[in-house]
Amino acid sequence: MRKPRISLLRASWLVLRKDWMIEWRTRARLTALIFFSLSTLLLFSFAMGPDIEALRRHAPGYLWLALLFASVLSLGESFRVESENQALTGLVVTPVEPRAIFLGKVFGNASLLFGLSLVLLPVAVALYDIDLSRAPLTLLLVLFLGSVGISAPGIVYSAISANARARDVMLPLLLFPVLVPLLLAAVSATRFTLVPDAQDQLPGWLKLLTAFDLIYLSVGFLLFPKVAEED
Amino acid sequence: MASWIPLAGLIVLVALVIAQLAVPSSRAWVWKVAAGLGTLELAALLYFGLVWAPPEAFMSDVGRILYVHVPHVWACLVAFTINVACAIAYLMKKSWRTDALAEASAEIGVYFGAIGVLMGSIWARPTWGVWWDWDPRLISTTVMLLAYVGYLAFRSFTEDPERRAAWSAAAAILGYVSLPIVWFSVRWWNSLHQVQSTGSTVDKPMRAVLYWGNVTFLTFLLAFIIKRYELARARQSSALELPPVQAPKTEVAV
Repeated sequence: MRKPRISLLRASWLVLRKDWMIEWRTRARLTALIFFSLSTLLLFSFAMGPDIEALRRHAPGYLWLALLFASVLSLGESFRVESENQALTGLVVTPVEPRAIFLGKVFGNASLLFGLSLVLLPVAVALYDIDLSRAPLTLLLVLFLGSVGISAPGIVYSAISANARARDVMLPLLLFPVLVPLLLAAVSATRFTLVPDAQDQLPGWLKLLTAFDLIYLSVGFLLFPKVAEED
Repeated sequence: MASWIPLAGLIVLVALVIAQLAVPSSRAWVWKVAAGLGTLELAALLYFGLVWAPPEAFMSDVGRILYVHVPHVWACLVAFTINVACAIAYLMKKSWRTDALAEASAEIGVYFGAIGVLMGSIWARPTWGVWWDWDPRLISTTVMLLAYVGYLAFRSFTEDPERRAAWSAAAAILGYVSLPIVWFSVRWWNSLHQVQSTGSTVDKPMRAVLYWGNVTFLTFLLAFIIKRYELARARQSSALELPPVQAPKTEVAV
């Protein structure tokens, strides 16, 4: 095992900064994601009809489904930018731990999804008439934990499906079953930041979200080097 | 049926597994014995389950489907556990054998799981009045099944055998880890809506038949996995020993 020249956290930060820089210079991914999820939100309201009560009640579900669909695009793109000029091979042969690539990529994706959710919130207010003023900070926490939870298993699946045939089908096929508990927890937690939480259920769902994040961050952290060395 | 009979069947099954693993010369016949034994056990199960066992107190004859439904789901879970054990073993030490066993157990597990969920749905219709319910066991088995269908699709869509082995091992572990989380989250989510149904205590003769069903389908599981493993090994050896792909001929022979 070669000895890393720089610390894991520093290397992760460099990978994260590199991803942010690519994103900032092109702004292609975020723009595409915003318009994609905006139209998803709009389509949900068309599909449900103009019943504002039903829309308001189901708004957390629509919000998270829009984020989930957008995450497939964002995760797929996250390794596609590395396939040009064999950039991923370059990253893997640099004297840093492959785990730094994992951490950097997870938080790069999570920040992108989190930013996207911030853009979607005012749109959800306009379309579904939800009230954000009840627990805004908790809502931000839920959005952040959910974004990390989608990205942690998503990055491992994205790394392995980037080279498979039919990769656009492969990623959701592998990712969505694993994300079922995350979706349940995130939607329920979001709901209880928007409507009165009579039975005090929010802390439980927040714990489940945190546990999901920690479990998949650690499993991905352990698995990613095995996956990356085959690239 | 006395309660020791399923235990005897289980001991025979374990002996077969040990023979398959430890005695190379027995590998030619173990799967045949398992398949034959499974067929006999299945015939006995038909008698015990349909005729000998008393009808269920609340569900009457509908309850008899449990003697095949529960064993299918158990066999599915055993297969997926073998699969994830192989995945971990492969990532620790590369071996084509563990990769082949992982492929075999995943495919057979999906078969048993699909049949099990289907039968559960058939059972739920007259019992619960619906084909589908948000029961944690049902949801986690189905999610597991979906994850493994994705796993198998992924395997068939990746050509390079070494990459396929390592990547699908990672996918298997990620999928398997989700099982307890799915179960827990669905139970929690569902318990907010309705009262959880609890498993009623099972009467002794019925429990014996249920265990007999488990032994029967685990015996079939052994036979199926051995055959599927041999198939995977044969495919591997043909894929690994194949000469590099030759450039297609541009001339057409007339």
